[in-house]
Amino acid sequence: MKNKQNIFPFKQFALGFFLTKILCFQAFAGYSSDTIRTHEIEGVTIVAQQHREVIPAQRLSGEKLERLNSHSVADAIRFLSGVQIKDFGGIGGLKTVNVRSMGSQHVGVFYNGIRIGNAQNGVVDLGRFSLDNIEEISLYNGQRSRILQPAKDFGTAGTIYLRTRRPRFENNKPYNIRMLFRTGSFDLINPSFLWEHRIRGWDTEQGNNTHNIASSVSAEYVQSSGRYRFRYRRVLPDGTVAWDTTAIRQNGDIQALRLEGGLTGFTERTQWQVHNYLYSSERGIPGAIVNNVWKNSQRQWDRNFFTQASLTTVVNDRYELLINAKYAHDFLRYQNPDTTLMLIDNRFTQQEIYLSFANRFSILPNWDISLATDFQWNVLDANLQNFVRPTRYTTLVALATAVEFGNVRIQASLLGTFINEQADWRGLPNILPEQQTRSAENRQELSPAIFVSYQPFAGARHVSPIRPLQFRAFYKRSFRMPTFNDLYYTQIGNVSLRPEFTTQFNLGFQYAIDMGRTTMDAEYAPFGHSRIFQGLQISADVYYNEVTDKIVAIPRGSGQFRWMMMNIGRVEIRGLDTRVETNWLLPHDIRLQAAANYTFQRAQDFSDPTDTDPRAGTWGRQIAYIPWHSGSLSLLASFRSWTFNYSFVYVGERYHNSSNIRENHERPWYTSDISIGKTFQLRRTRSGRMQYAPMSVPTFRVSAEINNVFNQQYDIVLNYPMPGTNFRIILRLDI
Amino acid sequence: MRIKDQPTPVPTGHPRQRGIILKICLMLMVVSCLFLTSCREEREVFEPETERITYPVFNAIRGFYLLNEGNMGSNKATLDFFCYETGIFHRNIFASANPDIPMELGDVGNDLQIYGSRLYAVINASNKIEVMDAQTARRIGQINIPNVRYIRFHGGYAFATSYAGPVSPDPTLAQIGFVAKIDTATLEVVARVYVGFQPDELEILNGKIYVANSGGYMFPNYENTLSVICLERFAEIERIEVAINLHRVRADRHGNLWVTSRGDNFNVPSRLFWVCTQTHEVGGELDIAVSNLWLAGDSLFVIGTEFNRLTMETEISFGIIDVNKKEIVSRNFITDGTEQQIRMPYGIAVNPITGNIYVTDARNHVTPGTLFSFDRYGRLRWQVRTGDIPAHFVFLTR
Repeated sequence: MKNKQNIFPFKQFALGFFLTKILCFQAFAGYSSDTIRTHEIEGVTIVAQQHREVIPAQRLSGEKLERLNSHSVADAIRFLSGVQIKDFGGIGGLKTVNVRSMGSQHVGVFYNGIRIGNAQNGVVDLGRFSLDNIEEISLYNGQRSRILQPAKDFGTAGTIYLRTRRPRFENNKPYNIRMLFRTGSFDLINPSFLWEHRIRGWDTEQGNNTHNIASSVSAEYVQSSGRYRFRYRRVLPDGTVAWDTTAIRQNGDIQALRLEGGLTGFTERTQWQVHNYLYSSERGIPGAIVNNVWKNSQRQWDRNFFTQASLTTVVNDRYELLINAKYAHDFLRYQNPDTTLMLIDNRFTQQEIYLSFANRFSILPNWDISLATDFQWNVLDANLQNFVRPTRYTTLVALATAVEFGNVRIQASLLGTFINEQADWRGLPNILPEQQTRSAENRQELSPAIFVSYQPFAGARHVSPIRPLQFRAFYKRSFRMPTFNDLYYTQIGNVSLRPEFTTQFNLGFQYAIDMGRTTMDAEYAPFGHSRIFQGLQISADVYYNEVTDKIVAIPRGSGQFRWMMMNIGRVEIRGLDTRVETNWLLPHDIRLQAAANYTFQRAQDFSDPTDTDPRAGTWGRQIAYIPWHSGSLSLLASFRSWTFNYSFVYVGERYHNSSNIRENHERPWYTSDISIGKTFQLRRTRSGRMQYAPMSVPTFRVSAEINNVFNQQYDIVLNYPMPGTNFRIILRLDI
Repeated sequence: MRIKDQPTPVPTGHPRQRGIILKICLMLMVVSCLFLTSCREEREVFEPETERITYPVFNAIRGFYLLNEGNMGSNKATLDFFCYETGIFHRNIFASANPDIPMELGDVGNDLQIYGSRLYAVINASNKIEVMDAQTARRIGQINIPNVRYIRFHGGYAFATSYAGPVSPDPTLAQIGFVAKIDTATLEVVARVYVGFQPDELEILNGKIYVANSGGYMFPNYENTLSVICLERFAEIERIEVAINLHRVRADRHGNLWVTSRGDNFNVPSRLFWVCTQTHEVGGELDIAVSNLWLAGDSLFVIGTEFNRLTMETEISFGIIDVNKKEIVSRNFITDGTEQQIRMPYGIAVNPITGNIYVTDARNHVTPGTLFSFDRYGRLRWQVRTGDIPAHFVFLTR
């Protein structure tokens, strides 16, 4: 076993200097996530990360990701630091992520390197992304501080990258097949299928001089009634129960089908990928539970399709090129059949074309510059009355430079965004002549960013990527455009909206040591070899963020649609993110990985200077739904073919709006999830250890999860009850 | 971290140490679980918050109730009470008066009236009318009417408008509104009469019910009529064309109806009309935007909040109309400049005995509002925090 671990790094070296650089870094960057080591897996993976990031991401990947009792990407992201999830409950409920309290529309979500857009409302529902074929989730505050990337990657205040599984073929296997079936509470039926096929090459034993090509197909179906029991209760001041009511959450059903397929390939100098994605669903919108309304009946249909392609090639020692292209077509139908409310049957169709061309030039070995140019076209059509069919043309140009002076690495970037919009008001009734040509003004905005890291103790051994201590700092100013809904939604939209800006300052450190990874790494392990203690990573960041010109719905006049979007908000956020992760190898071959996150955030609303009432005023008070304290804990243990996981999420007290009074108070909530799993090998290998050869032997894995073990009754969003104790059984077959 | 203190790494297989490490891990887990599950506070029924605001006043009016609408989906319709006899403002009284009612008062309060000894609160998004004892706010019963809007009374019956009539089979999804007739003794709906689309306020005068049809869901094809219902036959007998998107209708003592139009938020502004009940014809129009009004004697107090799409600002006015002369007496009844403090005027009431004027500020509709009290000369007397979107007043007599 020990030998096996050591062999692979040499194989990596065999691939040449170029790949070595990649893989060593990958091993370092991936450290935070895959602690029950998967060197072998990494060994045959070709990774896109050619260049070191100045500030590494928080990552969840590999086995840890699989074991976190997560149904979707949104569930998994709860275990990252500095993140708040807004979850409306259930399997079909909307789940959005808010990074460092700046608002979910400032978070860019990238799927295989290309951003998932939503020009209509700017929000990506992370509840829809299954973890089935996601191999890694990484979260970057500010931006991914990598030099060669599309201009778009420089543009958001926080960034989440979702990376689908890259094919890998152990022992020249021609294919991999994974079948998964999940079932459990909420009448869940969730089969999925993954098939990777080696078309050409992909032979690690002989190096990578050929053109390697593989295909991948992934399909998943989810069906759930979304029914669960929830309970609301109140007590009198003396502690006796005033009322206590239990009901079944209704209209939370979902049926969704996801189909993905792609081709991926690489040569020594080039990697490419073509990926198609289709998601089609029908769901109920369970809605708010209010007095006398225990059931809602709104429905939503989605059909999201995109096709994207990516190519990166090292032309020569000094020049590297990355090309991305995407077409997306999103259809949304929202229906309110409830006759006690306004009847609605709205259909929205969005389209997007995206092209990106990024170049990296090496001026000196330690000085790179890059120029990236993106172009994007968005259009939204809807069957709303008086809808103006907006079209948006966005051009992004990013200039970046990365320098390395010994222990110091700096990346600076400047992104220019040029936006031109057209809206068709002609022929609409109720429009004044002076309004007919109104669309949002053309915009030119600059987003500067600078990232610095300092790694002492690198000394003469700077060839090794494993430097235990890193100090880092960044500054970034970015913005989000008002969405099409903000600007043009009939009667609510406001075409004079300006973009919403964020400014971020961050200061932090990371300390990471890894024992017994390889002989090479061990030289840097200050504590020497330790069998029990396998590794530690600590990081802490303090930050100050400002959101200005925040787009807020405010009431206007007395019409039935009495809201209007305005740039009136200002928020100041002061926070602390900390993370500790440790790995242990206990006696009896028990591997234990423990990770804890803690986040403190003071997010103050400075929107309304007149609202200074000492008790109920909003000026300087904590904004809606942001807890002061939040955190998570995960313990992942494995013993031979058994795994046991415990995870805990805590969200402290908060208020559901900036008036921090008792009526708006939300209690803390915390849930514990446990799971247990066992892997069976259907055919034994010589070594007898499945975990080091996961793809070479057919394996069958059974796991059972119990979520919210203590049946805590809680709301994340006011009047949207979350499920109590629920369970899942997962069967997985890998061939 | 602990490992730092250990001079030499612990060898792997020593049985005693194995046990200790495992035990510590397990203990920590169990302790943290127990700790974390045991101490979660319970949510308590809200006790009213009280604020002494002014000196006691004794006359025929005991006080007034103020219904706070609460933003839709928040379930935060609340009831406040101001007691003249003590000068104390009681905030959020429903929950403690009715601690056994699940989910409190409900979602979006839309109207508040007293008839006989009972207080009726129309809770729009909870699809109900809450019926309470007027003196104690203790619940008597509930009348379920979907999307119910406003309520008035006559001869032992309550009449309530609702948007939620039958839906037309064509794709316009047009949904006719109705007026429900409710027996106040049994709290049962005894009859319905269909009127226009999305009927709002109603007024009962001379054996007829006048209903302001808005057509608010029909944008851009608003309704523009008052429906006239004969009380005796309980059937619609006539439509009076007034203006688009009608909202409020109040009768004065001269036999005229004062009707407001919301306009269309684009080109057609909000306006005030009077309709003669003898001829059923529009008598005239006043050039003032009206979002809410209160009639005291011959003075019609109006507040206007009209959004101007060109300046992107809400234009606010506080007017008085002489309903006898049918002219605007004042466009700003607040005389001491304190109207600058009011961000989004929303509800209005005038004490019939003292002439004191009450105006509520709904601010941004999601945080608590403010109640402003002015004397009859328009000078600010006091102000107090209310619930979210304070809107509807009713005076409680002895």
